[in-house]
Amino acid sequence: MLRPAEKGPLGMKRSVVLIATAVLVAGCGGGGGGGGTAASGSGESAAPAKVTLEWWHLSTAEPLKTLWAQRAKEFEAQNPNVTIKATVLENDAYKAKLTTITQSGKAPDIFATWGGGVLKQQIDADLVKDLSSDVADILPGFTTASLSAYQFDGKIYGLPTDIGMVGFWYNKKLFGKAGITQPPATWSEFLDDVKKLKAAGVTPIALAGKEKWPGHYYWAYLAMRIAGLDALKQAAVDKNFNTPDFVAAGQQVKALADLQPFQKGFLGAAYSTPDGQAATIGNGKAAMELMGQWAPSVQKDAGKGLGEDLGFFPFPAVEGGKGSATDAFGGGGGLAVGVDAPKEAVDFVKFMTRMDNHTKAVQAGGVLPVLKGEESAVTDPNLKEVATKLAGATGYQLYLDQAYPPAVGQQVNDSVAELIAGTKTPEQVAQAITEVAKTEE
Amino acid sequence: MTTLTRGPEAVKLPAPAPAARRRGRALTITLFVLPALVLFLLLVVAPILVAFYASAFRWNGFGGLPTNFIGFDNFTRLFSTEIFRRDLWHLLVLVLLSLCVQLPLSLAIALLLNQRIRGRAVYRLVFFAPYVLSEVITGVLFSLILAPDAGMANQVLALFGADSDWLADPDTVMPSLFLVMTWKYFGFHMMILLAGRQNIPGELIEAAQIDGASGWRTFRHITLPLLGPTIRISVFLSVIYTIQLFDLVWILTGGGPSHSSETMAVTMFEWGFKRSQVGYASAISVVMFVLALVFALFYQRFVMRRDLEGATTSMGGRR
Repeated sequence: MLRPAEKGPLGMKRSVVLIATAVLVAGCGGGGGGGGTAASGSGESAAPAKVTLEWWHLSTAEPLKTLWAQRAKEFEAQNPNVTIKATVLENDAYKAKLTTITQSGKAPDIFATWGGGVLKQQIDADLVKDLSSDVADILPGFTTASLSAYQFDGKIYGLPTDIGMVGFWYNKKLFGKAGITQPPATWSEFLDDVKKLKAAGVTPIALAGKEKWPGHYYWAYLAMRIAGLDALKQAAVDKNFNTPDFVAAGQQVKALADLQPFQKGFLGAAYSTPDGQAATIGNGKAAMELMGQWAPSVQKDAGKGLGEDLGFFPFPAVEGGKGSATDAFGGGGGLAVGVDAPKEAVDFVKFMTRMDNHTKAVQAGGVLPVLKGEESAVTDPNLKEVATKLAGATGYQLYLDQAYPPAVGQQVNDSVAELIAGTKTPEQVAQAITEVAKTEE
Repeated sequence: MTTLTRGPEAVKLPAPAPAARRRGRALTITLFVLPALVLFLLLVVAPILVAFYASAFRWNGFGGLPTNFIGFDNFTRLFSTEIFRRDLWHLLVLVLLSLCVQLPLSLAIALLLNQRIRGRAVYRLVFFAPYVLSEVITGVLFSLILAPDAGMANQVLALFGADSDWLADPDTVMPSLFLVMTWKYFGFHMMILLAGRQNIPGELIEAAQIDGASGWRTFRHITLPLLGPTIRISVFLSVIYTIQLFDLVWILTGGGPSHSSETMAVTMFEWGFKRSQVGYASAISVVMFVLALVFALFYQRFVMRRDLEGATTSMGGRR
């Protein structure tokens, strides 16, 4: 929208348009937010009134796209008074549309969420229903890790449909070429292996430096291992990341970056483009990447895929650190309910996460288990490995860019990117994140 | 923008109208202007005012109007950050490069394509074509061409044994970005300048040649001065465009690596839409607005004054 052709000699109109966009989206709002919530007086329970449920989600890929649509049909069949209107959008469009509608003060009846700081912001704006009493009976069936992103102050605001973890996806053949027989268990072994790979002429790690979130995984995991999970939570409360442990985490990221382990031109590389991080691994041009449970499918999508050569190992332990090597880092997805939604919305969320219904999605390889005892339904050996590690996790940390308020999370991404690019020191990174945290209320 | 008719001599003073007729006309004018005026107030003026208002608050954009008033804190914070100072520096660099490289290039090609050369219509079309592409398409196109590993640019360079990281290196990202900007916009400026050149009467050039002026002197003393108004417009468009530069940067680099190609609009987007600090983002948009406004006013007042004479409306001849 910035083509100068439309510019008259009074050219400041352009900037005006820009501001207008910012402000309009920012929510002088009101307008037509689209959330046609059927305001049925759900108070009376005599004859169920007709209700329409607005359901927003972002499962645009198979198998989930079809599976979710089937679930909606089944629910409608069981509850003849309910019509489900699904709005399915791709990731970025979904985030933009949800931000716009929530900033105008509304929320869809049922919507996909990652939990964490973003959900917290919506809760604070009184947009999300407290589900605590509605779901108390079924909560024990869920794994602890899967629930953590939706719990605030002892209340629960969403139910999980997926959960995963970040770990190293590696190319067994390239590891073999460098003479590495076993995946590293400690951080110093890991750094040694990086050196070995380099010596063997293999690019050790692929990284999407243009998109900053893949880089933040390194800092986050190191902070978890060195400072511990509690320190990460406490730092957000205290608005202080300027502690020796976080600086130490930064120093280890720097130690890794100083080995120059990344592919050529990684600072300009994206994640899922044909020459991005996933494709570099998928085409066998780098030995490993630190990525979530979706990595194998994107590797195959953007590149050729590794098939049998692909392996998974969790982030190594750091010697002398306060965190446990079995603490996991990652995220999943869940469903939250709008504060004004009819009670059928809650029923639908419970329906979606019922054992028999959810297991079908696990079997299809679309999601990982969130319910206890679902692990056996996973078929892919690598995903099985992820599910097992996850089931045995002693602690769980959501992606920092989701767990923290958006400004802080993005600053983590940003500062770590600068650390990896070598333009900021570990001390400056801790300081910068602290400064932004202090600007949040 | 080429309707800069000179002198008001064409405008005839109408006979003074009786009061009643004048009132009727005023009503008609009001009725015709009203819809546009309402839209203008609603979609242009109101958002500006809201942006000014929001810039004085700490506000995440949620729930109604902001409440946490912090005065000018957003602005002090903004000007104290290294990123914003670098944004301003990038603006300056890009403006200077546009004026010192892109403009002369466009001028040279415009003058070249004014000559009688075979297939000049084709050249004009080809050079103008990039301008027709959207910025997003241009961005995607060049992120493929400039890709470090398999990109076309590096494959061509490899023939000469050279190679560059283009957009992936903080040191080369700005020149690379400017290269893409130039590729996209030189054709546009070429077209304006070509139109300006064709407005210069052939007799003047002919007369100069008869007087024995060399090619350079004809250019220096006839063509260039008479192209003045066109060049001034071209400069104006370049600067305003650069102040608001967003799409191309967002697609090509997202402002990176390490903020080394970030512009004000990118910073604004980052804070407003990704970080939910709408008050702070509004402060950035206010600075952009003021910068563009001040530049536009000063430029029109002091640089383009003569060019604009007679081009503005004169209230039916009664000024």
